[in-house]
Amino acid sequence: MIPAPFDYYAPTSLAEALTLLQQHGDDAKILAGGHSLLPAMKLRLAAPSVLIDINRVAELRGIKVNGTVEIGAMTTWSAIEHHAALAKACPAMADAVGLIGDIQVRNRGTIGGSLAHADPAADMPAVVLAVDAQIHVEGPNGPRAIAAADFFTDMLSTALEPGEIITAITFTSHGPGEGSAYAKFPHPASRYAIVGAAAYVKMENGQVTACRVAITGAGPKAERQTAVEQALIGTDGSADAVAAAAAHAGEGMEMLGDIHASEEYRRAMCKVYAKRALLKAIERAR
Amino acid sequence: MTTITVTVNGVRYTSEVEPRLLLVHYLREHLNLTGTHIGCDTSQCGACVVHINGVSVKSCTTLAVQCDGAEITTIEGLAHNGQLHPLQEGFWEKHGLQCGFCTPGMIMAAADLLKRNPNPTDEEIRHGLEGNLCRCTGYENIVRAVRYAAEKMAATQAAD
Ligand SMILES: Cc1cc2nc3c(=O)[nH]c(=O)nc-3n(C[C@H](O)[C@H](O)[C@H](O)COP(=O)(O)OP(=O)(O)OC[C@H]3O[C@@H](n4cnc5c(N)ncnc54)[C@H](O)[C@@H]3O)c2cc1C
Ligand code: FES
Ligand code: FES
Repeated sequence: MIPAPFDYYAPTSLAEALTLLQQHGDDAKILAGGHSLLPAMKLRLAAPSVLIDINRVAELRGIKVNGTVEIGAMTTWSAIEHHAALAKACPAMADAVGLIGDIQVRNRGTIGGSLAHADPAADMPAVVLAVDAQIHVEGPNGPRAIAAADFFTDMLSTALEPGEIITAITFTSHGPGEGSAYAKFPHPASRYAIVGAAAYVKMENGQVTACRVAITGAGPKAERQTAVEQALIGTDGSADAVAAAAAHAGEGMEMLGDIHASEEYRRAMCKVYAKRALLKAIERAR
Repeated sequence: MTTITVTVNGVRYTSEVEPRLLLVHYLREHLNLTGTHIGCDTSQCGACVVHINGVSVKSCTTLAVQCDGAEITTIEGLAHNGQLHPLQEGFWEKHGLQCGFCTPGMIMAAADLLKRNPNPTDEEIRHGLEGNLCRCTGYENIVRAVRYAAEKMAATQAAD
C-alpha cells in the first residue's frame, strides 16, 4: 500500500497550477482531497509521475450564496455540510453531502475532485444534474463552463480536456415553490451509492411545472431520468402521481451488477429511490 | 526528498521525506509513534485517524509532505500531564475495547465528533463513527464510552 514514486508540487495560485499541468502533461495529476486518487495510487491502479497538490490554492475554496450558488472546486464536503444558507438554497446538496463516506472522508474530499473523478457510485454527479449546474473550468485555452448534462461522458470519464482544472460549480438557488432532495442506498462499508437519486421540482398552483431527476450508482455514469420527469410534469405531485412517474426510473439505462447488487436489483432500487427523493422534494416545495 | 516541518503532539520536527511517504508511515516509522494503526488498504477502517490542525483525517490517505507547517495530534498526545483524556477514561470504564486495534482511531474520531457536537445522541455517535470499523466489540460499548466522555466533559465544564 505504498504509492509509486512521484515528484510533488504545491502551487499557491491557479495560474501556477495550470502552468505546472501544462509543463508535465499526461504524466501529471492534480491532487485535491486525495480520497479517490491516493487510494488508487496505494493500490498502484494509478501511478502518476508528478502530483500537483492544489490544497494551497486559496482562490479555489469557498461558498457564495445569493440568487446563485457558487462553490469553489476545492471546497470540502465538511464546509458544504455545515453551510446553513446553502442547505436552504439547495436541500438536495445538503442531503447528499451529509451521506458521503464518513466525517474523515468529508474533512478531506472536495466537490471538484469528486466531479473530475466521476466515480459511477459518487453522489454529487446526480445532484449537479438535478440542479442543472454549470461546471467552470480553466485550461490552456482560458476559462469555459460545461453544463452538468454534458459533463459526465462515461465511467470515470468527463468532458474535461487535458490541462484543464475545475475551478467552481454554480447553479440557481431554489426560490418559492421549488424543492429538492437526495436519497440513497449506501454500500454498508464505504457508503458509496449502490443507487442514489436526486430530484428537483417546481410547484405552481398545486401543479408540478418543472422537474429534474438523476440517478447515480446504478450504471456506468450518473444520468438524467427524462421519462420520469415527463411523467410527473403537469400532475398534482400526489403520492400516486409520483409512484407512477418513478416507475420509469432506470428506463433505457445500462445497469451495473456486482457482488453487492445485481443489475436486476439495482433496476428495482432506481424506482424506489427516485420515488423517495421526489416525495421529499415535493414536500419541501409545497 | 522534500523537507517538512511539522509539530506533532507539541514537539517540532524537521524531516527529509519522500513525497510518496504516507503520513501514517511518517508517524509510525520516522517518529516511532506507533499508537496510530494501519488496518486496511482501502481508506475504510479508520484505525489511522489523527488530527491535522484540529480536524480528524485518515493518515493513511494523506501524504506527509502535505502536512508541512501543520500541527498534528495523535493518540499519544491526548492525555495531559499524566491525566487520561475523558474519552480514554470512557473506553476504560465502559469496556469500549477488546483487542484494542481500532481504539486509537476510534478515540481520535470521537474527539473530533465531541468538539462539533458536545452532547450527541447515540444515533449521532453511531453516524459520527461511521468511518471507524471494529471487529470485536459490536460497537455498543464504544457508544457508551463516548457518551461517558461527553457527560464527563460537560460536568467538568459546568464545574469550571
Ligand atoms: C472510504 C471512502 C468512502 C467514500 N464514500 C463516498 C461516498 O459515499 N460518496 C461519494 O460520492 N464519494 C465517496 N468517497 C469519495 C470521496 O468523496 C472523494 O473525496 C472524492 O470522490 C474525490 O475528491 P477528492 O477531492 O478527494 O479528489 P482526488 O482524489 O484528489 O482527485 C480525484 C481525481 O480528480 C482529479 N481532480 C481533482 N480535483 C480536480 C480539479 N479541481 N480539476 C481537475 N481535476 C481534478 C484528480 O487528478 C484525480 O484524478 C469516498 C472515499 C473514501 C476513501
Ligand atoms: S488504515 Fe484503514 S482507513 Fe487508514
Ligand atoms: S476492539 Fe478489536 S477491532 Fe475494535
